[in-house]
Amino acid sequence: MTGFRRLAALLLATLALLAGVTACATRPQSETPAPADDPASAFPVKVELPGQPPVTLAQQPKRIVSLSPTATETLYAIGAGDQVVAVDQYSNFPAQAPRTDLTGFTADAAGVGARTPDLVIAPDNAGQLAEGLKVVNVPTLLTPAAATLDDAYRQIEVLGQATGHTKQAAQLVERMRSEIAEIVRNTPRPPVPLSYYHEVSPDFYTASSQSFVGSIYGLFGLANIADSAGGKFPQLSEEHIVHANPNLIFIADTKCCHVNAAAVAARPGWNTLDAVHRGQVIELDDDIAGRWGPRVVDLVRAIGEGVAKAQHG
Amino acid sequence: MTEPLGPARAALKQTKLRPRHLLVGVAVLLVSTLLSVLLGAAELGWQRVLGEIVAQLTGGVSPLSEREAAILWQLRVPRVVLGVLVGAALAVSGAAFQGVFRNPLADPYLLGSAAGAGLAATLVLTTAPQAGGSIPMQLAAFVGALGGVGLTWVVGRSAGRDTATLVLAGVAVGSFLTAGQTFVQQLRVETLEQVYMWILGRLITTGWREVLIVLPYLTISAFVLWTCARLLDLLGTGDEEAAALGVHPGRVRALVLIAASLATAAAVSVAGLIGFVGLVVPHLVRLALGGSFRIIVPLSLLFGGAFLVTADMLARTLLAPAEIPIGVITSFTGAPFFAILLHRRRA
Repeated sequence: MTGFRRLAALLLATLALLAGVTACATRPQSETPAPADDPASAFPVKVELPGQPPVTLAQQPKRIVSLSPTATETLYAIGAGDQVVAVDQYSNFPAQAPRTDLTGFTADAAGVGARTPDLVIAPDNAGQLAEGLKVVNVPTLLTPAAATLDDAYRQIEVLGQATGHTKQAAQLVERMRSEIAEIVRNTPRPPVPLSYYHEVSPDFYTASSQSFVGSIYGLFGLANIADSAGGKFPQLSEEHIVHANPNLIFIADTKCCHVNAAAVAARPGWNTLDAVHRGQVIELDDDIAGRWGPRVVDLVRAIGEGVAKAQHG
Repeated sequence: MTEPLGPARAALKQTKLRPRHLLVGVAVLLVSTLLSVLLGAAELGWQRVLGEIVAQLTGGVSPLSEREAAILWQLRVPRVVLGVLVGAALAVSGAAFQGVFRNPLADPYLLGSAAGAGLAATLVLTTAPQAGGSIPMQLAAFVGALGGVGLTWVVGRSAGRDTATLVLAGVAVGSFLTAGQTFVQQLRVETLEQVYMWILGRLITTGWREVLIVLPYLTISAFVLWTCARLLDLLGTGDEEAAALGVHPGRVRALVLIAASLATAAAVSVAGLIGFVGLVVPHLVRLALGGSFRIIVPLSLLFGGAFLVTADMLARTLLAPAEIPIGVITSFTGAPFFAILLHRRRA
């Protein structure tokens, strides 16, 4: 019997050992990543945008100051609006954003620091502001202008990580991707690329294909009449615009400078343009056309409608 | 001034405008204008443009399409004509200011006219950004330019009656008004680009409107200044001597300043701040043909027009289809000239 007991004890010990080993082996599986709806557990986090220094956030920011209108739009779109305590004077969307007289151009560390932020988001030319805020331990995320849609998506994702809304940001990007793809897919593509002129200001500053907005037009295979001028935002000679006779004219100076289709038609010599004759002067919202946030989808839609109309008309 | 009257009178006799000088000036202006009409960002082909001009003159068949004709007659030609008028206005004003102040570095902007126009235009652009290039903005710039000169005049007269005091007053008023402009700009930074472009100067027209705005002021000013050219020569001999010859120096100065300010204000109101034309052109004429204002004033009109229209042709074509602000071209040529001039004055 003693032998049986010993054997049983040995077997039990072996089983216990095996159970223990198994338990050890399964322990890491029980430590699954924190669910995305528990944002606080995602911190500390280190975020980085291309060409900018990385920013480490010890915990989820509760008092965000945004000096970038694009970032403001994104923050509200990913559910971080409640954390925003102040935005700059150009952040006019959404309407509930707490606008102040701050600007990304002129804001100083003292003025921004007075709002006691735990995260400041600013355009990438506000490096001096970031240095100043570093002294008082306020992390500053500098956001460069996007050159492509992928840049814009990356920026939305990074803002999601920085604010504890990773999942919402990923969902937003996914939604934008699919909506944009659908609009582009449903827009008929002409056999010969249509040409276009995108007006940024009434003295004929424009955006070439190298710019972010130019890359959006590129989705539809449009040819930009400004590309031979070089640079992202050249000032074109008016003669060149009229001579090029673009199929489509997009005006993105409707809010700043009150330009509209009628004003374009009234310019000397412009009444000879096909786009003016055919009603293919499309009035865009300056803000939507000048930012790389969630409302890019609206810009894509406006361009798609213009392209479709140009082909049917 | 204790010099005898004889040499001054003799000098005045020697410095009349010769027909061949006038002929050269007219020829230079015509050639530069024609070149500017033939060349542009839209490559119409100079032979076809010549064909179009001949067709218009003879009633023949035009080689240009409707759109090309619109480019030529509604965009390029008005701009070329405006360039001639603005260049002439700035250059003749520069000549007049240099004569009044007996200072070869004086130019239309010395007396606070540019700063006044800049402040007024900035105020309009910041309160109503859609006003860029509109008649209210041009009117504001015009009033601002005259206001700047008026303020300089008031400050200068209260401090003393000599020209040096007036120049100093101009510098002070100019600095003050420029500071005001910067302050207003900072209040509305979103209009910075528009204000900046205006400061650099531009000859973008809305057809013939700008030409019609400048023309009457330039005609009146040019007539007054040409008439006063001999009096400016007399002022150059010194106030006492001029008074002895029956001239009232104070009245001549006031008349010339008003006429020159009027021409500057008209030019600035439609074309923004185009620097160095008023400094460079009268000097070139003086260096080439002598110091009499009876030569400098008329030839500054002709060469001023030729200079600016050529600068604008370069601005339109050098980086075509992109444009370079015309102020960049005039400053590129004007700034080195300014430095050479300073060097020569020291030597």
